[in-house]
Amino acid sequence: MDFVRWGQNPWGQNILTHVSWTLFWASLFAGLMFLVAHGSYMLLSAHRKRPSAETDRMEAAQPNLPKRIERHSLMARAFHWVMAAAMFVLLFTAFLPVVGVKFPWVTWHWIAGLVLTGSIVFHIVHASFWLDFWSIWVGPKDIPELKAEVLREMGQDVPGLKSGKYPLGNRLYHLAIMVAGLSAVATGMFMMTRVRTPLFTRNPYLFSDRTWGVTYVTHGVAGVGLVGLVIAHVYFAIRPEKWWITKSMIFGWITRRQYLEHHEPERWRVMTDRPTGRI
Amino acid sequence: MAVIHDVMPAFELFQPASISDALTLLNRHGSNAWVMAGGLDSFDWLKDRIKRPSVVIDLSQVQALRGIKEQNGGLEIGAATTLTEVARHLVVRDKFRLLMEAAELVASPQIRHQGTIGGNVSQDTRCWYYRSGWTCYRAGGNICYADTPTAINREHAILDADRCVAVNPSDTAPALVALDAQMVIRSARGERIVNAEDYFIGPAVDITRMTVLAPGELLTAIRIPSTWAGAQFYFEKVRDRNVWDFPLLNVASAIKYSGQTIERIHLVINAAAARPLRLHAVEAAVVGKPRNEQTADLAGRIAVQGAQPLRHNGYKIPLMRNVVKRAIRGGGGGTWTS
Repeated sequence: MDFVRWGQNPWGQNILTHVSWTLFWASLFAGLMFLVAHGSYMLLSAHRKRPSAETDRMEAAQPNLPKRIERHSLMARAFHWVMAAAMFVLLFTAFLPVVGVKFPWVTWHWIAGLVLTGSIVFHIVHASFWLDFWSIWVGPKDIPELKAEVLREMGQDVPGLKSGKYPLGNRLYHLAIMVAGLSAVATGMFMMTRVRTPLFTRNPYLFSDRTWGVTYVTHGVAGVGLVGLVIAHVYFAIRPEKWWITKSMIFGWITRRQYLEHHEPERWRVMTDRPTGRI
Repeated sequence: MAVIHDVMPAFELFQPASISDALTLLNRHGSNAWVMAGGLDSFDWLKDRIKRPSVVIDLSQVQALRGIKEQNGGLEIGAATTLTEVARHLVVRDKFRLLMEAAELVASPQIRHQGTIGGNVSQDTRCWYYRSGWTCYRAGGNICYADTPTAINREHAILDADRCVAVNPSDTAPALVALDAQMVIRSARGERIVNAEDYFIGPAVDITRMTVLAPGELLTAIRIPSTWAGAQFYFEKVRDRNVWDFPLLNVASAIKYSGQTIERIHLVINAAAARPLRLHAVEAAVVGKPRNEQTADLAGRIAVQGAQPLRHNGYKIPLMRNVVKRAIRGGGGGTWTS
């Protein structure tokens, strides 16, 4: 099985040309198998919310917490959904032709790519200056939470050590999709210089054939990786026990009880003197 | 780089005697099979070692693919009917002269004796970068060598290019599109009928193919309805040499009049893009207008809107403007518009 495809340039050099579409099928298969495996496991796994009694005690101890706690600002939600729409257009325009649905896809693809790029730039600026930038990142400080999460996955009742604003899985996912997304965007922007657009003067000689090969392969690997990541994301978004997170991405808030059930107040401090609970 | 050898490379040769046998073989070998009719496109590819199929299915023994039948006032032409047979057929000459003229202008007499109409419409592009075996977009790569600043691209596309700038080299294709022909495609799964206009696909839709024919499928016949029988036709092929050459541009038109006014028209240009282009905007603009110099001039100007020349094919824009003018006005008289 080949993972990449090779060609020969006019100088007789062997050059990379594309990622093999075998990897697309592998990513699709892996994504779907993950759903089956996780879905089966979740039928048997322990409920991982904070126990009711403990939540009741915390709720009683913090009477000043607002009823609705803002989890995602309007701008953050707008970014998320614009990015999601762009991502779906990108994936469908990229891979429908691979599975046999033929249509003029290139223009739609680069336009969606520009929308995604713009939304990512906006997100970086927004997250850097208006949000808690580090709340989405993972680092050594998360090892205790990782340990607790693994033990919970194994059916053990581990108290405390809940997540901050974002669950560990959410943050790990963000890291993965950031790497894949930025790889696709960065390579895609260079690849746009090879097609006719009103934005760039075509320059097929921007890189050497070998560098172009690496660029195309990186774009392809990131693209097929995004297939699996997006499948997993949609799957978790529609799982019943995660629906409260999805709902918060639509409406912006979670309830006080959800906040206490799923989060560690020490790691996600909610201001109690403001009616919306915004951090 | 292509290296021409004197002998054919090794492959397994099948010579089925019936369409069903050919389809069975195609179904069995899928994308490993190379379908050969007259062989005029195939032998270049095979002897150059650019395409290396493990199986070649030679259709020359399938009699059911040959011949021309009258059908509901129109014609059904077997895909393996030679271009000479098409050009000499009496009904083609009487009713569908457009196709006769197109077929008569293909290459040379020897090639028309051997070449088939199915092969002529399904042949691959003649872009010499692609046919030299370089890994361009059309060959599965990630670059068009003909659309680079130093490329030699005199014969290439001015319209409808999308990464690849190769053009369709067929002479009969624009005539068949103008005549509303239908392509009969068969495979192990059954039969499907595709309008000639939809049979050809550009690089925006599929950059590695010129037609909708998929592995396992066979073009078995071309049906020409009676719609345009006896209409006013015009076909012109512009080429560097008067024989044995591919078109720099060709144009086909079929026009029906109401008095002196154009009532219906199909106007198709080829070798300007990777597929024959019906010029719908021109057709809409000239319907209801008299056939005269002013209408022809209008048609020529509309025809080239959106054209994007490459480094060496800018001449195709005035050329296209003028062949379209002649297709509306007729060949005689008139003025060249540069």
